[in-house]
Amino acid sequence: MSAALKTESFDIAAIRSDFPILSQTVHGKKFVYLDSGASAQKPRAVIDAMVNSMETQYANVHRGLHWMSERTSDAYEAVRDKTAKFINAASREEIVFTRNATESINLIAHTYGRAILQPGDAIVISEMEHHANIVPWQMLRDSHGVELRVAKITDSGEVDFASLEEKFADGKVKLLAITHMSNVLGTYAPVERLAKFAHAHHAKILLDGSQAVVHRQVDVQAIDADFYVFSGHKLYGPTGIGVLYAKRELLDAMPPFLGGGDMIASVSYERSTWAKPPYRFEAGTPAIIETIGLGAAIDYVEAIGFPAIAAHERALTDHALAVLSNIEGLHILGSAQDRGGVISFTMDGVHAHDIATLLDRQGIAVRAGHHCAEPLMGRLGVTSTARATFGLYTTMEEIDALATGLLRVKQVFA
Amino acid sequence: MSETAELYQTLIMDRTKNPRHAGKPAKFDLEGHGDNPMCGDRIHVYVADNGTRVNHESRGCAIMIASAELMADAVVGLTPDEVTERRMAFEAMVNSGTPNPALGDLNALSGVSEYRSRIRCATLPWSALAEALEGAK
Ligand SMILES: Cc1ncc(COP(=O)(O)O)c(C=O)c1O
Repeated sequence: MSAALKTESFDIAAIRSDFPILSQTVHGKKFVYLDSGASAQKPRAVIDAMVNSMETQYANVHRGLHWMSERTSDAYEAVRDKTAKFINAASREEIVFTRNATESINLIAHTYGRAILQPGDAIVISEMEHHANIVPWQMLRDSHGVELRVAKITDSGEVDFASLEEKFADGKVKLLAITHMSNVLGTYAPVERLAKFAHAHHAKILLDGSQAVVHRQVDVQAIDADFYVFSGHKLYGPTGIGVLYAKRELLDAMPPFLGGGDMIASVSYERSTWAKPPYRFEAGTPAIIETIGLGAAIDYVEAIGFPAIAAHERALTDHALAVLSNIEGLHILGSAQDRGGVISFTMDGVHAHDIATLLDRQGIAVRAGHHCAEPLMGRLGVTSTARATFGLYTTMEEIDALATGLLRVKQVFA
Repeated sequence: MSETAELYQTLIMDRTKNPRHAGKPAKFDLEGHGDNPMCGDRIHVYVADNGTRVNHESRGCAIMIASAELMADAVVGLTPDEVTERRMAFEAMVNSGTPNPALGDLNALSGVSEYRSRIRCATLPWSALAEALEGAK
């Protein structure tokens, strides 16, 4: 893509005006939101789609024979098509709606984990997982007798393939569950290579796409992912809607997660039979309005296009890495070759919470703490970090504001 | 600049940078600890010399360390019941943001009331001390 094209398709001022909240002030200061990695702000298109649905087209789905229910079901199901296309799933039936990435992983652990994995099988995760991709496997280990192994990362914050080889050596590993992009280090994992690696070892691969799906075009078929999960709320969509992608043959073999309405073919007191995927995994009334909101978020992101988004975020990240590394006493965690707009850092003599509070006073929102990745904090030798994360609406000026803000923090602690 | 530093006023920064009650004493009578799982802050509080000396071992933010320091100043010579009373007054003060003349230097922390997520940083040392005193009962 040429530079001219790039600027034409990416008008940052216009984009920012799509997000009503960005014109808010905090403590009387311009609101600088650098916490999109925790949850992204919502464009007008998403807000309107949800409101519009509630105002003009709403009823329960898959149930009513009346006009309103049929229209609502159509709108809901259209988002399944859209989501399938968004990540290039081979079919719409491979898209299961959940509440969030966390629920998607728990669903896999409960169903695939209990029915397909056998006691004695092993699961491998990496040292840079979010708690959402650790705890469900620990619970499965304790209830089902599978083994949980942790592959190392290198000091630069990248997947250590030598460690992976070692973890897979005895042939017991049946599942590799790993993040597509670290929510602490910003590292992108080499997912195609990891999928090849897992498959060569007769294991399936689950990718936690919570962070990655926001910044890059994801093609689950090109990656050859067996499972791929993400949340709507980090993708400029609403909370309460998440996605589980799984290859059709895997979903077919998986028993239900929750029982209730919508997930059955037939029910009698003696026995019920399960609906086909994806409905088998969607018990009860789903998050209808939120799903419609997710559809609008996907449309929004696709209208801008990932080439433009990625180029903008690449420039932001390069700029941020440059200005932050100029601040004496500031340490950026990780130095992966392939990294995106997630930057965690520490400052000598200043606790991450103090950094966050002092930045907040200047209107700048960053996250501080362990970022739901306590084991990774241990691996990095820190207890908490501050973290700035970027979205498609983040500007260079906001990065400069962060740098200026951090210099003030330094003054307070000087 | 001033508004960024309100909470981080001289007394707090001074006690954070130059703590007077930090470190585990060789001998102590009671011990309590506090954890904030949200941020990984951790404190151990030691009561020594029949309650006349309180020390802390802290890993955490400026607010927590300053609070531990000011607490150690404030509880010298108090009975366990008086400590409880002071703790309740302190918690009320940091929640409301209204300084309480009876609390003296502890009022330096009244500014945390504006930062809901930081109130726990200020109260954690007091919870740890309460745990230590529980051990005495
Ligand atoms: C890498 C990663 N995985 C999983 C999650 C969990 O997402 P959610 O809380 O939406 O389920 C997050 C969000 O913080 C994340 O960054």
